[in-house]
Amino acid sequence: MDIATFVQIFESTLRLATPLLFACLAGLFSERAGIFDIGLEGKLLVAAFFSASIAYVTGSAWLGLAAGIGASVVFSLIHGVASITFRGNQLISGVAINFLAAGMTVVVAQSWFQQGGRTPPLVGDARFDRLSLPFANALHDVPVVGQIYGQILNQHSILVYFGLLCVPLTWWVLYRTRFGLRLRAVGENPAAVDTAGISVVRLRYAAIVIAGVLCGIGGAYLSTALAAGFVKDMSAGRGYIALAALIFAKWRPWHALGAVLLFGMLEAIANRWPNLDLGIITLPNQFMTALPYILTVVILAGFVGKAIPPRAGGEPYVKER
Amino acid sequence: MKLTRTLLGATAVAALTAGAAWAEPALIYDLGGKFDKSFNEMAYTGAMRWAEETGMEFRDIELQSETQREQAIRRFAEAGYNPVVMTGFSMATPLEVVAADYPDTTFVIIDGVVDLPNVRSVLFSEQEGSYLVGMAAGMATESNTVSFVGGMDVPLIRAFACGYAQGAHAANADINVIVNYTGTTPAAWNDPVRGSEITAAQISQGSDVVFAAAGGTGVGVLQRAVDDGILSIGVDSNQNYLHPGQVLTSMMKRVDNAVFDAFTAGPEMETGVHVMNLQSGGVGWALDEHNDALITQEMRDALAAAEASISSGELAVHDYRSDNTCPYSVE
Repeated sequence: MDIATFVQIFESTLRLATPLLFACLAGLFSERAGIFDIGLEGKLLVAAFFSASIAYVTGSAWLGLAAGIGASVVFSLIHGVASITFRGNQLISGVAINFLAAGMTVVVAQSWFQQGGRTPPLVGDARFDRLSLPFANALHDVPVVGQIYGQILNQHSILVYFGLLCVPLTWWVLYRTRFGLRLRAVGENPAAVDTAGISVVRLRYAAIVIAGVLCGIGGAYLSTALAAGFVKDMSAGRGYIALAALIFAKWRPWHALGAVLLFGMLEAIANRWPNLDLGIITLPNQFMTALPYILTVVILAGFVGKAIPPRAGGEPYVKER
Repeated sequence: MKLTRTLLGATAVAALTAGAAWAEPALIYDLGGKFDKSFNEMAYTGAMRWAEETGMEFRDIELQSETQREQAIRRFAEAGYNPVVMTGFSMATPLEVVAADYPDTTFVIIDGVVDLPNVRSVLFSEQEGSYLVGMAAGMATESNTVSFVGGMDVPLIRAFACGYAQGAHAANADINVIVNYTGTTPAAWNDPVRGSEITAAQISQGSDVVFAAAGGTGVGVLQRAVDDGILSIGVDSNQNYLHPGQVLTSMMKRVDNAVFDAFTAGPEMETGVHVMNLQSGGVGWALDEHNDALITQEMRDALAAAEASISSGELAVHDYRSDNTCPYSVE
């Protein structure tokens, strides 16, 4: 195994981790405010579809991104109306969103493009190009720095860098602003927040709208940066992996980055070596793809640390009379 | 689209008024859907060609879920459609149940085998077509490394991989063939992002020609090949047009011919196992204006020679499904 292989694995890790990162941070905002979000998968999918179709029609990836964010926010609001306003079961509403997205995207795609539930391939400006970082070429041959900056971090879509930027941003919003303090409080003890004269409903809606925006970027990244167009079910379970990552990270932003990078790396390794030969045993591909879920179960079972979800998570807030 | 709608409408009216008075053929598409740009779309193309040539009509249905398989076959048989043609290996189990109940209806299954007197099982020699595109890949590569991205890891797809590896070795003895599968569940047919990452990993291992036999996942493979400036090979239908000048060729599986033949032969067709191989025009490689410049004269000659010796039986291409092993080294 040489350095080039490592560089390729890390590059691939970063690409694969980005949609997970957006979905994971979306889940973080939503669940920290006390709204469980099973619907991450559906939101990624619907955003992937709308960003690909609008990008195709207008020829602009940025308009596509906006459409993807819009669609994802609408789905978030459906979840919000069902689970905040009408105090429905958040898990059921989330599952419904996943079904709705899986069915609707294919039907709408078929009626718009008649290509069997996919969008036509995107070309040129309808896709996010890979960016060259400044001085990357100059640093290419410098050891270590060249490999990290010039190769692993270089040549990604702008959305990857934005995703990485979202991590400190999320940390800052959650832990260093008044809004973040209230948001966390509303997930732990909404009654206390209500007593302080702050609207629980408004805070929770704000949280899920942020979640919608983040999922929208993640979905747009799937269809307009990684791939070139939408095909049915293209989110392929990434929303669920992101949920697993969220639990693995114990609902904290920096840990979320670590978790998605770990899960992304497992996928990159599975892609690179279908059967990983460790000398003593050979690990099949399937084991690597199952590992994120296994690790999550281990964490949930409390063998390694303990994952404690926000205390008011999953419960609709009812004002006492 | 309009034509189809008219056809379907007309068929519906006809079915209402005439019931089962005369036999129309019916076609059931597998879960990929009628317009999958690949396998099922080929079946549709064949049926439409039959409809245009004969001026007759047919009925078709796209399955939406696993549970509809048996129901769809039964409905068509019950309504008197004959023959009933279906695509995909997953139809074999439900067909085995239904075909026994309707001995007077002739059924055709493509890519599967059902051993009943009223069923024609159409199989393709995918390994032969894959051998040819493998040769083309072996001759086109400059790095002596070519690769394969499969969809779901099933024997059918392994047969593609094995034929491809054999062809690549035949054209270039020092070649290194990298083989990856996208997954082990049906989701593997629709994950272009993963297909693209697998291709990137193969490119980093030196591959400069990639063959995708992976349904919707193949879209991502071909796209990544274009993005990174290597050649790719399409599958099932002619996919050369997807990226003109950058798709080396496509391994064609003539599902359209199988459907056309079945519809033309009608209910009285010969049943039993029907193998569509290179000789009978069941498989082949695509050459059109989009890849004309990529295929050198040397390749044309070599492929023509290989076609001749496969057809005459002189050259045997190993079928993975015959013994579940592949004698050609694949990594």
